[in-house]
Amino acid sequence: MQFFFEVLIGGLLSGVMYSFVALGFVLIYKASGVFNFAQGAMVFAAALTFVGFQELGVPFWLALLIAFGVMVVLGILTERIVLRPLVNQPPITLFMATIGLTYVIEGLAQGAWGANVRGLELGIQDEPIEWLMETANISVSKFDLFGAGVAALLVTLLALFFQYTRIGRALRAVADDHQAALSIGIPLQQIWRIVWAVAGFVALVAGLIWGARNGVSFSLTFTALKALPVLILGGFTSIPGAIVGGLIIGSTEKLAEVYLGEYVGGGIDSWFPYVMALAFLLVRPEGLFGEKHIDRV
Amino acid sequence: MTTTVHHAASGEPYLSVNNIEVIYDHVILVLKGVSLEVPKGRIVALLGANGAGKSTTLKTISNLLHAERGDVTKGSVDFKGVRVDQMTPNELVKRGVIQVMEGRHCFAHLSLEENLLTGAYTRSISRAELRESLEKVYHYFPRLKDRRMTQAGYTSGGEQQMCAIGRALMAKPEMILLDEPSMGLAPQIVEEIFEIVKDLNQRENVSILLAEQNTTVALRYSDFGYILENGRVVMEGDAKELACNEDVKEFYLGLSSAGRKSFRDVKHYRRRKRWLS
Repeated sequence: MQFFFEVLIGGLLSGVMYSFVALGFVLIYKASGVFNFAQGAMVFAAALTFVGFQELGVPFWLALLIAFGVMVVLGILTERIVLRPLVNQPPITLFMATIGLTYVIEGLAQGAWGANVRGLELGIQDEPIEWLMETANISVSKFDLFGAGVAALLVTLLALFFQYTRIGRALRAVADDHQAALSIGIPLQQIWRIVWAVAGFVALVAGLIWGARNGVSFSLTFTALKALPVLILGGFTSIPGAIVGGLIIGSTEKLAEVYLGEYVGGGIDSWFPYVMALAFLLVRPEGLFGEKHIDRV
Repeated sequence: MTTTVHHAASGEPYLSVNNIEVIYDHVILVLKGVSLEVPKGRIVALLGANGAGKSTTLKTISNLLHAERGDVTKGSVDFKGVRVDQMTPNELVKRGVIQVMEGRHCFAHLSLEENLLTGAYTRSISRAELRESLEKVYHYFPRLKDRRMTQAGYTSGGEQQMCAIGRALMAKPEMILLDEPSMGLAPQIVEEIFEIVKDLNQRENVSILLAEQNTTVALRYSDFGYILENGRVVMEGDAKELACNEDVKEFYLGLSSAGRKSFRDVKHYRRRKRWLS
């Protein structure tokens, strides 16, 4: 039983990591109806920029600030160069544009900082929490717990922002109906700049945590793919959904690996989430918390 | 046209559209020189059949046209003596001109109250003022208050229309461009909405430019009317006079003193009319 809990907790905490990436997707999808394929590349670019500046001898907080600034500028440029000329185009066009954007961001980031794998140090050790080890004999990583804490904070902030602020409301309005938002004087460009900046910030946080765990390398961009089943489970439009989806994916993939893996020869955790997502699509295509498509008949 | 004298009689020109020409997608000429005026505090109806250019005229004024690949190639729009045709919708709303789009366009996943609150986006006001504006809208549309927590997508067509008008009111407009408020609504609801619009016009002194296909109702509630056909104004005049005009009766109200007429004659007449105008 102890082992079960250890696996479960480890799974839940690693699920939080998926949630980080999923959050970035949800933000942009909610506000502009665009599935931003470039979110993974943004995570990579953010982490690389941070590490790059740190290597130049810039102190931690300043590097963090600079990396955030770079992400904001990236967001604003994306709005100006990619999104604005495509206003009122079908979603698939915008989606294709973000695929293109992925390569541009990856290329720029690697061009600027090189393609080496780098380590990232946040000052929190990836070691078991002692008192939990002693009292319950369950090993839980300090780092994972820290990640979960950051996620909880981030989600609370974002949820409050979307639900109760003027800008947050405008963001949701824009997501629902561009034209109507425009007609009541909501400046779309400004709103999109804000969303991309916030998504850039979330990408930075995700990049730092993932980078600290697995090192900053090109493979960070693939974390985006793990976010897909999380989104399908939680719903593309729900911030809490991204978190709950992440927790479910994280825990089930680890449990499946441990308890089912041996029957099929292991390696189950790399594809199990996709099977779950597929099954979920059949039952509840809008996800657990996604907005139901409202159709008047 | 002889009816232009009415402008002076009905008050100061407030919004004036001067000879605008609009082309969609660089090829489709939709408006071929439309001019009209809305005096302060009046309701002016813009009438005509499908595709006559009513919506395009409104969108030209509110500048929502650019988002639809439309271009104004000629003419100008003035509001309170300032040229506004190059302004963004955001600037226009701040100046007091707002459009209520055809087909309601409520934010389906936001509650009715949230829909209304988004309408005040362009105003930087305190919480108390916001509350006050909200109560005012609820005063005019008590139905919205009853259902304020319902997601707009789940409300009826009439409630959505009220929501759309209420949302525009939250921006504290001086001029509302109201596009086809009667669309798809039961006659009773149409009447209810027009009553409220008239009330708003009189009590809040909001000027209204109303695009409608429902000529009967529109003329009953407005002061002045323009009839558009094929991108041109073919007739204009006092709402009451228009409602009595034999041509209007025949072609837009479906009433005729001479009984039923052959469709061929009607078509012929309309073609001649276009050539002349």
